[in-house]
Amino acid sequence: MVNTADVRPKTKQMSNLVYKYMRPEHLPHIWCPGCGNGIIMRDVAQAIENLGLSRNNTIIVSGIGCSSRAAGYLDFNTIHTTHGRAIAFATGIKLANPTLEVIVIAGDGDISAIGGNHLIHAARRNIGITVVVMNNNIYGMTGGQYSPTTPKGAFGTTAPYGNIDRSFDIAGLAYGAGASFAARGSAYHVQQTINIIQEGIRHKGFSLIDVASVCPTYYGRKNKKGSAVDMLTWQKENMIPVEKAEKMTRQELKGKLVLGIINQTQYKEFTFAYEEMIRRLFEEREKDE
Amino acid sequence: MSRQELRLAGSGGQGVILATVILAEAAIISGKHTAQSQSYGPEARGGSCKAETLISDEPIGFTKVQNPTFLMALTQKSLDDYGPKVDENCLVLIDSALEVPEDMPAAKVIKLPILETARTEVGRLQTANIVAVGCINGFLNITDAASMEKAVMMHIPKGTEKLNMKALELGKGLAEKWLEENGK
Amino acid sequence: MGKVVLMQGNEACVEGALAAGMRLYAGYPITPSTEIAELSALRLPQVGGKFIQMEDEIASIACAIGASVAGVKSMTATSGPGFSLKQENLGYAVLAEIPLVVVDVQRMGPSTGMPTSPSQGDMMMARWGTHGDHPVIAICPSSVKEVYDLTVRAFNLSEKYRTPVLLMMDEIIGHLREGMELPEPGSLKIVDRPTVNHPDSKRLPYRMKPGQLVPAMAPFGKGQRYNITGLIHDESGFPTNSTDEAEAMMSRLMHKISDNYDDIKDVVTENLEDADIAIFCYGGTYRAAKTAMEVAREKGYKVGIFRPRTVWPFPEEELREASKKLKRIIVAEHNYGQMLLEVQRVAGRDCEIGFVGKWNGGVNKPIRILERIEEG
Repeated sequence: MVNTADVRPKTKQMSNLVYKYMRPEHLPHIWCPGCGNGIIMRDVAQAIENLGLSRNNTIIVSGIGCSSRAAGYLDFNTIHTTHGRAIAFATGIKLANPTLEVIVIAGDGDISAIGGNHLIHAARRNIGITVVVMNNNIYGMTGGQYSPTTPKGAFGTTAPYGNIDRSFDIAGLAYGAGASFAARGSAYHVQQTINIIQEGIRHKGFSLIDVASVCPTYYGRKNKKGSAVDMLTWQKENMIPVEKAEKMTRQELKGKLVLGIINQTQYKEFTFAYEEMIRRLFEEREKDE
Repeated sequence: MSRQELRLAGSGGQGVILATVILAEAAIISGKHTAQSQSYGPEARGGSCKAETLISDEPIGFTKVQNPTFLMALTQKSLDDYGPKVDENCLVLIDSALEVPEDMPAAKVIKLPILETARTEVGRLQTANIVAVGCINGFLNITDAASMEKAVMMHIPKGTEKLNMKALELGKGLAEKWLEENGK
Repeated sequence: MGKVVLMQGNEACVEGALAAGMRLYAGYPITPSTEIAELSALRLPQVGGKFIQMEDEIASIACAIGASVAGVKSMTATSGPGFSLKQENLGYAVLAEIPLVVVDVQRMGPSTGMPTSPSQGDMMMARWGTHGDHPVIAICPSSVKEVYDLTVRAFNLSEKYRTPVLLMMDEIIGHLREGMELPEPGSLKIVDRPTVNHPDSKRLPYRMKPGQLVPAMAPFGKGQRYNITGLIHDESGFPTNSTDEAEAMMSRLMHKISDNYDDIKDVVTENLEDADIAIFCYGGTYRAAKTAMEVAREKGYKVGIFRPRTVWPFPEEELREASKKLKRIIVAEHNYGQMLLEVQRVAGRDCEIGFVGKWNGGVNKPIRILERIEEG
């Protein structure tokens, strides 16, 4: 057992970000060499640093799977919940105390398969939480089964003859369900992704950032995608900024991923609307009395 | 009478559940014990509907009607369903339009124009349940007139007070007239 | 004496919850518990609380747990099928020690069953529904007044022991309207969880101080920063694979309930002093049993009632003690024989055990219990 407070050595190897926003006593993380999740976790920490959020006022909620481990590494109020349910837990936290900044970190299977219902309804409800998806196109923790974002034709341990399902575009799914902020980042595009997460957190309403991660261990190996560097290089070469993508044809965009804020709209945020209703009730009662 | 077991039956939408709730409320106001329950589900969406109120001077154990001391039926189907299940000591109040089924025991049956009174005299068929409440209290003396008015007022929508008070009064009148003509 | 009002069981649950301090309700519509959601939606904003209709039953309990983590007393209510769906997160709340009240207004199952028919068929699911060994507190009210009082008690126990408490109602009581005496303002004893309200990152969130029943709980955003997980964890709140630490944690979870049995137990007995027959019953079935007992006593049978209001943990000590003086125990419940198994286990050696079950959607009537008494 480790006392979380005793050890906080600031070594030369440890960046200021790790020192300030992570729990060094629980590092190194369990993610495989070459996994994109560590980069994305760092992006979240950097976005929080840039925004100057209070650590005590920020909540990290995760589900189950590789992504969920981020909650244990980040030094905020953290809650590692059940598979698929992170958004539902986060909804309770936010509704109970709307002054909290609630950030969900989830995986692709976690958020769009078992947790798909919560995703679309949180988007529709426009509750002010930020969801960062570590999308590695596979179930990594259980050893490489195909997920809702595994491309058609790709292999997984449960798709030994190739995946015959079509895959979800999670950012598009959230947009379609009414998310007032839907965006995509990637493990490769660090600066852009930090900016997008920052915008997502600042956005008053439900925001989802689908961040393309890489899983060289399972997805990469099963599908002959090469090393982690090769997979990141793919992201570099095949992700198109949204401004550029708008000018491209469907044909030209085939096999590419759009990077950036896909949609941002202002609707009334759920907890704000609820508290407005409470105020109205109290005012009406005062008038009656 | 220390324990009364009231069963009200009709079709969904006639407000028989509300009528039993008001009767239970009246019992509470007059310091008695009561238990009210109803059958739910698809029945409450237009089929036949049954609701019950027990009224007693003693605390109530079993909360459902075992042997009704009073039955009201507003539709032929509900009378056909529940009529044969009463014994000869049960007081049965039915709408004038109904026919007494042959297999019903020789209980005391009172026919009154409950639906017609609501439709023509109050001017709103939906108030039939309140007309019925007025009748029932006239026969069973659950509580005094002022308390019954109070019980009704507690359970009706805002803006319908005048209409429902008229319905209650007319219902009470129907019972009084019958008692005058037929004796107690 | 407080004012007597006409109230429905489901309504009394909401009023009791509000009195106990519930300020968030998350639910999904399902008969016969829907009135609890409807009244919560109406009443909560009036007291500055929040109601949310979630997308499903799983989300409802997850949302309620989230609210409790943020320091707000919360509740979710459901019926059979929804109770099945809530089981996984119920286990989460047990393991992570999150106070919460879960109401199950039981209806006849399995599956969709008979949605508006009375049943007590979820009693064993309440005990063992979520996977893994775990302690459970479950409570059964038998009148509208008891729904109110026991909802308050459910919140109090949940706060005191940092554990979800199950209020196992049934359709008979949930949909029953009867007179209920409102408690005098200020007369209720309300328990709040022990909290930590200052940032202290040195504190181990799951370590108890001497004399504490449970570790104090820091509400998210108000106290220290720490980690909550559904993994077996050590006192720091982080996952452990150590068998010693796992055993210490599991043992503490079990003992916080079993060591406080006397505080949690709640048995009501009637006429057991001279009885040679006892009717074992709980929840709505008690009403039929009471009438059966009264009629049987008039006929000269020495019948009493043994009625647990806290059904889990099972009142072993009290039942074993009572069984020594009894010839026969008749278990009456609305199922195929669930608590019957517990009664047989605890009292089976000392007396004969009879059973009056009901599993066809109908109501267990006094006459059936009476017949069993008369069978001798």
